[in-house]
Amino acid sequence: MSDIPAIRVSGAVKCFGALRALDGVDLDIRQGEFFGLLGPNGAGKTTLISALAGLSRLTEGHIAVMGHDVVRDYRQARSVLGVVPQELVFDPFFSVRELLRIQAGYFGIRGNDDWIDELLANLDLTNKAETNMRQLSGGMKRRVLVAQALVHKPDVIVLDEPTAGVDVELRQTLWRFIRKLNENGHTIVLTTHYLEEAEELCHRIAMLKAGQIVALDTTQNILARVGGQTLKLHIGSAALPAVLVAKALSFDAGVAQFNFADPLQVEETLRVMREAGVRVEEMEILKPDLEQAFIQMMRQEAA
Amino acid sequence: MIAFRTLLYKEMLRFWKVSFQTVAAPVLTSVLYLMIFGHVLEGRVQPYPGVSYTAFLIPGLVMMSVLQNAFANSSSSLIQSKITGNIVFVLLPPISYREFFSAYVLAAVVRGIVVGLGVWLAAAFFVLTPLAHLFWVLCFATLGGAIMGALGVVAGIWAEKFDQLAAFQNFLIMPLTMLSGVFYSIHSLPPFWQSLSRLNPFFFMIDGFRYGFFGVSDINPWVSFAVVGIALILVTGFSLEMLRRGYKLRY
Ligand SMILES: Nc1ncnc2c1ncn2[C@@H]1O[C@H](COP(=O)(O)OP(=O)(O)O)[C@@H](O)[C@H]1O
Ligand SMILES: [Mg+2]
Repeated sequence: MSDIPAIRVSGAVKCFGALRALDGVDLDIRQGEFFGLLGPNGAGKTTLISALAGLSRLTEGHIAVMGHDVVRDYRQARSVLGVVPQELVFDPFFSVRELLRIQAGYFGIRGNDDWIDELLANLDLTNKAETNMRQLSGGMKRRVLVAQALVHKPDVIVLDEPTAGVDVELRQTLWRFIRKLNENGHTIVLTTHYLEEAEELCHRIAMLKAGQIVALDTTQNILARVGGQTLKLHIGSAALPAVLVAKALSFDAGVAQFNFADPLQVEETLRVMREAGVRVEEMEILKPDLEQAFIQMMRQEAA
Repeated sequence: MIAFRTLLYKEMLRFWKVSFQTVAAPVLTSVLYLMIFGHVLEGRVQPYPGVSYTAFLIPGLVMMSVLQNAFANSSSSLIQSKITGNIVFVLLPPISYREFFSAYVLAAVVRGIVVGLGVWLAAAFFVLTPLAHLFWVLCFATLGGAIMGALGVVAGIWAEKFDQLAAFQNFLIMPLTMLSGVFYSIHSLPPFWQSLSRLNPFFFMIDGFRYGFFGVSDINPWVSFAVVGIALILVTGFSLEMLRRGYKLRY
């Protein structure tokens, strides 16, 4: 049972005309994992999730959820999968509770009001149960989307940027609940723009770029690969001295980032700035984080 | 089976929650047609011996309501779900394309018949029509509603914008229903238009339906039944194939 991967993606290719939105993705996600799918906008994360959920069909390759092919055995595959879509969609005709009962019915489940109540309580929606969807705020609609994805207690839960536009407090509520589900054995796959979120939650991470996996490892190993420390210099509108351009990890909106193993290199960098007459407005020294790892890997890939 | 029943229930609840627009409004429209045409033409036209024009008109208007509302139900539900994106809620669960089709079509039939019944009851204030063969009345209402519900599925999936759906409705559905003999017996038409009417499947639906009330019609009801049945099989086959392939739904 637990030898079967929760998700197996083999040779996935998805073309939109000439664009290869997925360009040969192979990926196994084990049961019980908390897995992060990261990558810049347009990397193909949503495309992969859509193919996984049967919302779109791969041009080449196969995907199986808990061993069930998402095309051939779509009924079994879909019944063990819960997907929170990226877009904030809702059905304006119904109240929260009506919607959840209907969604459960689509999965062949009736009379699971106990679980629906538990979902509502865990997502802080209990006092909105009888409210029409139209009257909910964006954050609440987002949580209803999460509840809808969980209404059939799926083994595998996929969340496509679930915290976009959700305030900090609600994010905490949501993660506490998702973590609890993970501890109870549910496999979680998450895409997010908040890298600290992935760093805090995910056991393992795949980085996707232009439809290809450019890194796949445990969160720890990815962080270790970056190594050293990061120097962040705010130089306002000044130009980065030519010698430093090649050394910088990134330079964006007046902020230059450098990675270094030896603290003495900080002095060297500052010396170059001083000699070039660049005024450093602010300096930060950071421990490596996913953002650094991310920037570095995307850069290596480009090189 | 639960999935099918839930989708059917949801589709019926959807129109029932806005029944003022989806049921009351079309009933009112038909009653206005009845009052105006009935008033103007009563006594001038007698389609069948012993059948007044107003009485003749009623089954036509009832059937037209059934057809138009069945089409409106499935097509508008689908296009709204597609445009707002909430169609994913029915695409993510393990609902087969046959269950999907049956639920949308059956809900459309129910809406059509509810509106049709409303029109008939309202019309009963003016003229009480006879009811010669209830079986044929129900049979043609159900088959006609199902054809239109299935066409609504096709149109709702094909259309990407509301104006495309409106074009489908205004340039195909409306002319075919209007020219199907709702307001007249085709025997009153010149021979050319008579034979043209016989190419319109809607004509057979309305003629057969009317037979159920008066026991007289332009065409033998079994012939109409065969034509309408074949039309239903064709439309069903077409839309099932569309759904099976995921045309415009699963890209
Ligand atoms: N339905 C579609 N038709 C055409 N191109 C698409 C479609 N969906 C996605 N794409 C393209 O595929 C690429 C990957 O998109 P997506 O999977 O949404 O990225 P991500 O979720 O990682 O931001 C993008 O270049 C996007 O424009
Ligand atoms: Mg996306």
